Amino acid sequence: MSLLNNLINGISLGSVYAIIALGYTMVYGIAKMLNFAHGDIIMVGAYVCFFATGQFGLPPIAGVLLAMVVCTILGMVIERLAYKPLRQAPSLAVLITAIGVSYFLQNSALLLWKSDPKVFTSVVPGGALTLGSVNITYVALVTVLSCVVIMLVLSFFTGHTKLGKAMRACSEDKAAAQLMGIDVNRTISMTFAIGSALAAVAGVLLCSTYPTLMPTTGSLPGIKAFTAAVFGGIGSIPGAMLGGILLGIIEIFAKAFNTNISDAVVFAVLIVVLLVKPSGLLGKTVREKV
Amino acid sequence: MNKPGREPTRLVPVPSPNIIPERDVDKTPILEAQHLGIDFGGLTAVDEFNMAIGRTEIAGLIGPNGAGKTTVFNLLTKVYQPTRGTILLDGIDTAGKSTVQVNRMGIARTFQNIRLFSNLSVEDNVKIGLHNHIKYGTLQGVLRLPGYWKEERIAHERALELLSIFDMQDLAGAKAGSLPYGAQRRLEIVRALATNPSLLLLDEPAAGMNPSETAELMENIVKIRDTFQIAVLLIEHDMSLVMGICEGICVLNFGHIIAKGTPDEIQNNPEVIKAYLGSGKGE
Amino acid sequence: MKTLSSGRKRLFRNAITYGIVIAAFVILQVLNAGGLLSPSLQGQLVPICAYVTMAIALNLVVGISGELSLGHAGFMSVGAFSGVVVSLSLQQAIPSGPVRLAVAMLVGAVCAGIAGFIVGVPVLRLRGDYLAIVTLAFGEIIKNIINILYVGIDGNGLHFSTQNEAALALGEGGKAILKGPMGVTTNVKLSSFTAGFILVLIALTVVLNLINSRSGRAIMALRDNRIAAESVGIGATKYKLLAFVTSAVLAGAAGALYAMNYSSIAAKKFDFNTSILILVFVVLGGLGNIRGSIIAAALLYVLPEMLRDFYDFRMLIYAIVLILVMLLTNSPFFQDLRGQFQSKLRDRAVAKADAKGGSGHE
Repeated sequence: MSLLNNLINGISLGSVYAIIALGYTMVYGIAKMLNFAHGDIIMVGAYVCFFATGQFGLPPIAGVLLAMVVCTILGMVIERLAYKPLRQAPSLAVLITAIGVSYFLQNSALLLWKSDPKVFTSVVPGGALTLGSVNITYVALVTVLSCVVIMLVLSFFTGHTKLGKAMRACSEDKAAAQLMGIDVNRTISMTFAIGSALAAVAGVLLCSTYPTLMPTTGSLPGIKAFTAAVFGGIGSIPGAMLGGILLGIIEIFAKAFNTNISDAVVFAVLIVVLLVKPSGLLGKTVREKV
Repeated sequence: MNKPGREPTRLVPVPSPNIIPERDVDKTPILEAQHLGIDFGGLTAVDEFNMAIGRTEIAGLIGPNGAGKTTVFNLLTKVYQPTRGTILLDGIDTAGKSTVQVNRMGIARTFQNIRLFSNLSVEDNVKIGLHNHIKYGTLQGVLRLPGYWKEERIAHERALELLSIFDMQDLAGAKAGSLPYGAQRRLEIVRALATNPSLLLLDEPAAGMNPSETAELMENIVKIRDTFQIAVLLIEHDMSLVMGICEGICVLNFGHIIAKGTPDEIQNNPEVIKAYLGSGKGE
Repeated sequence: MKTLSSGRKRLFRNAITYGIVIAAFVILQVLNAGGLLSPSLQGQLVPICAYVTMAIALNLVVGISGELSLGHAGFMSVGAFSGVVVSLSLQQAIPSGPVRLAVAMLVGAVCAGIAGFIVGVPVLRLRGDYLAIVTLAFGEIIKNIINILYVGIDGNGLHFSTQNEAALALGEGGKAILKGPMGVTTNVKLSSFTAGFILVLIALTVVLNLINSRSGRAIMALRDNRIAAESVGIGATKYKLLAFVTSAVLAGAAGALYAMNYSSIAAKKFDFNTSILILVFVVLGGLGNIRGSIIAAALLYVLPEMLRDFYDFRMLIYAIVLILVMLLTNSPFFQDLRGQFQSKLRDRAVAKADAKGGSGHE
């Protein structure tokens, strides 16, 4: 049945958005910045995996791990060089710098790997699970499962580990956290590292489902995942997951209705939600002290 | 204690649990708060707040930190909407009105943490206070029609006139954020006055001032009241100022009024002493 | 030494801005007439005017009103396509090119203004990042809608469709103007550098006059401290909407000018990247600094062209320059300089007051 298939595809796409949105929301929560370059790290991850499995003939799992390693390092380097010096700067300045980094990544990729679309080989074997009239591809299955696992691990991590609690403390009040002996710099670095590793996973999964890979591949999913993070309530990890999945479902159903305006529909839903609940689905309204 | 040479005001009760100066009795109190209260979720920040202010009264609102004084200001200026109670401004109920609307009705304020337009000049800050009294529209402004030039000149002169209350007219061109702290506080008062209020709310106007500045401020507040014939309600911790110029004082603790009266009555009120100094046991 | 009053200083600064714009126009016109401009620079004269106007318009929203708009290219787009439709529809009715261009720009401005109002009313209720993301969303929606729109004209007037060209059901002698994703392909080029110059002057006049007026003060007050502004009786929605719609109107005129410079134009030309490009111009020129926007937009627009020799690397260099400028202007070293400058201003203000016989403040 078409409805169920669309739902599954929507959840699968939504899972990818959710993974990307997690990176956005974690970084926003702790550094209060929108890392515009996040979408392009996805692209880098996909390329690394592509070359690892293609040119170097490594097994898919190694490709994914290598992508995660490269992206983690890349994310930490970017944070150190471009964002850390601007910790005290107005948020608009950081935003513009992030845009600069995004342009930098895209154009470097353009120079290194040229603009011709590459055909990505999926890291998940082809084929599907058939339950009655419903077709669930293995890729979709792995994508959704990955998202769930990541969510669970991340929730446990932020709630029960020292670094996780440090991250939460830093996102509440950096100065107080520092006074409690938390190494704020290291915590922020780690947040970027985790976010970037997740971006790599998202990139690999995204291109496994939609195999065209170009330097601009990460840009639009990045924007959409960002809106998903805001949609779910920026700074909220369950919000990122909820926002991502809902956005994916809405997009797939809108595409089924009319391919050309699916993007417009997605954004329209976002606008309606934000007008009704301005801080996002799971976000908290912060009262300004007068 | 510094008292400018005046006779102490006699306070008389009006048919309400409130008190206002005798000279203002035959006119409607400029402000009457009745059973005013607000809850934030489960926390009752202010409750059963009843107060009347005479049309030319200088009234004081005092109490320990966290008593809810600024919350009362926020209620009166509709930054928060009250959970219960009524606020009558010049006899008119302000229920459902917004901050902008009650300002038009005649209530202006300064803030505990200075809220100036720091990137704009001192004169512009005052002119913004004059906004609703400058009579030309956006289109006239953009097209630079005669109305613009005339009204801007009037506004310029009025702004300098208001600044001269605190002898600040020479600072007109300075950037507001570059002023020393005391001057910034005084500028906030001038800006509030520019809106032509009937009631001026001052939130800790003497904060961070030394004794000679405080004495000057006291003279200026009385001068403002006498010149403009308006009422003033001030929150202050500096008792020399409060006891010096306030005619009626309301004491708040934990969101409730614990005493109301003249400076002499308040100073000798055991509840007030207990609220500020504790019950005297232990240290 | 006689010091100028702040009003005089402001007039002087604005006069310099007008002077720069007029001088640039005159110089470029002279060079152009003498055939001294490279063909690529010749072709960029009109786009520069359009982007300079866009930068002025966006600075009104971001710098003066203090709201981050990430979808301003959408208003440019609305202005562009409504302008082109009007221009091609009135080819018989208005044979004069410059007049038709003026009409197209006017219509583009009005349509963009309406769009600005429709977007502004809901958007300006939000704050900060949420407002930004919703403007981004609207920008994408506008692009999407124009991408699926078909517009044609025949003896009976304008026809619209969202399916395909055939669905327009044009009568005899009719032609399709806007063809969905293909955009417009049969445009008659009418834009001129002079028209662009006039637009820049108008935008400059409108924005500078607005800033130095009662409404401009209200807008800036709301930016600096919204709660304080409301406490002195300034309605937030009214004035933020005023800035937003004015900006949209100017963006629409700029879009029409830009579109009328090309024989074909499609909606994807006015996408998120365009919005970001203009935002970069505004930020680098200085938020609230109109002269800075003009200079930054003009220079940065031609920069990739000037780096043409490094063709492949030019966008990379652009990105690196952007990052470096941001790091530099926000580095502690720079902040120190600025701090020293500000305390000098403070001392000067106090000294002046004391000298005039003030009674010992602080």
